Amino acid sequence: MLEVLQYQFMQNALLAGLLAAVACGIVGVYVVVKKVVFISGGIAHASFGGIGLGYLLGINPVLGAMFFTIVSSLGIGLVTRRTRLPEDTAVGILWAMGMALGIIFIGLAPGYAPDLFSYLFGNILTVPFFDLMLMLTLDVVIIALVALLYKEFLYLSFDEEFSTVSGVPTEGLYLLLLCLVALTVVVLIRVVGIILVIALLTIPAALARQFTHSLKKMMLLAILAGVVFTFSGLWVSYVLNLASGATIILVSGLVLFISFGINRLRHRTHEYNRTASTA
Amino acid sequence: MTAKELVKLENVWVYHDSIPVLEAINLSIKSNDFLGIIGPNGGGKTTLLKVILGLVKPSRGKVSVLGMPPERGRKYIGYISQFNLFDHDFPISVLDVVLMGRYNKSGLFQRYREEDRKAAIAALKTVEMLDYKDRQVGKLSGGEQQRVFIARALVTNPELLLLDEPTASIDPNMQAEFYELLDKLKENMAIVLVSHDLSAVSIYVNEIACLNHQLFYHGSKEVSAEELEKTYRCPIQLIAHGTVPHRVLREH
Repeated sequence: MLEVLQYQFMQNALLAGLLAAVACGIVGVYVVVKKVVFISGGIAHASFGGIGLGYLLGINPVLGAMFFTIVSSLGIGLVTRRTRLPEDTAVGILWAMGMALGIIFIGLAPGYAPDLFSYLFGNILTVPFFDLMLMLTLDVVIIALVALLYKEFLYLSFDEEFSTVSGVPTEGLYLLLLCLVALTVVVLIRVVGIILVIALLTIPAALARQFTHSLKKMMLLAILAGVVFTFSGLWVSYVLNLASGATIILVSGLVLFISFGINRLRHRTHEYNRTASTA
Repeated sequence: MTAKELVKLENVWVYHDSIPVLEAINLSIKSNDFLGIIGPNGGGKTTLLKVILGLVKPSRGKVSVLGMPPERGRKYIGYISQFNLFDHDFPISVLDVVLMGRYNKSGLFQRYREEDRKAAIAALKTVEMLDYKDRQVGKLSGGEQQRVFIARALVTNPELLLLDEPTASIDPNMQAEFYELLDKLKENMAIVLVSHDLSAVSIYVNEIACLNHQLFYHGSKEVSAEELEKTYRCPIQLIAHGTVPHRVLREH
């Protein structure tokens, strides 16, 4: 089994999994505690427009997705903050319009788009070297921004109104947070694909939340969970010859459900013991 | 020492969707005030506080906080919102919540210094919550959470404390304790609290104003049944629980 690790594609896949876990562990925690899961799903799907744009312009589709996703997340952030349109309505519109643009762009692009499927559902085994370097760069940007603005993001997520009163530039930070989500989506596209991104943004953070009430520890735990999920998902997909992105998601979801189940049981025994001791 | 004017509202109007929420509000809050603002739900109480804090821009009229626009003056205000609205699973400790109040002394990219931590510890001592400083705030009881949010508002040494429905989510037996705490705090700062629960408010505050889109403000806490009727748009019976004679509201 271990000899497979000698292969370059497998080493790249593990590195991609690690880089993806770092981004989704950190930003996923904000997505979960600030409750911006739906808007993040919208940003992820809209990034398909950028993939299409990449094909049309003949550049790396992931780079196309990066610019397109940042612009669309700023757009959705401003629309929901500055207009009276309800947030979920705005997200629904952006979600579909981004994907529609992607399809039009790909239709206009000359030739055939052979690896389109891998952008939609990910293929961790075929991440090119350039994309690995891009993922590494984006991870560094994400870590630096969160380290610099840790308390600002914490306050924004916990109590936006009080933060505004205390002088935190909440609107700018909110837009920056959406940009971080956009960057994370770009990091994750190659690993699990546009359609499955939202699972890696939520599952590791939701799992970590059960074990700690410190945001920092939650991030570290979520990164660890992400590493375990991508590695074990990759392994299962290799052994059973399944699609890697989908396997990673299913392994993550399964672990989360088991963890929820164990937690429930623990609470029940705890309550049982408490009532037994007071009786 | 003469009382200085902290907040001044002149002919303030606020509209939501062309429906007026606040109409021609004139209000002056001085440094020794302990003002209770009562009125029905939807009468604009929270909006009034948000206007003072600069969170809601009035459509017309002028607001000043210590002679400044509210965006600049609000750093002298401690604000306690309807705190039960926050996510009770949020991963944040009591001490971190209180440190939020020090943000305007620190600022973007800055780390908290020793004096910020000392101020937070002192504020937690004032509200007798120091033992809980490492606990997750959402897991405390309603009354304990409220003390934490008061500590967060006190940590900047504000000149004015604004409280929005402070008793809404605490047990009735905790309310007396809460008002005792306010009684202690009012020596050092002006306090404005809004509530729809007029009986509790009336015992402790010095003055009462009634707000239902318009503000009826008399500079005393004796509110006539007639004025209350104007505020609530229906007949109201005044109930006073106080036993000390001067705390009982006037007979009607």
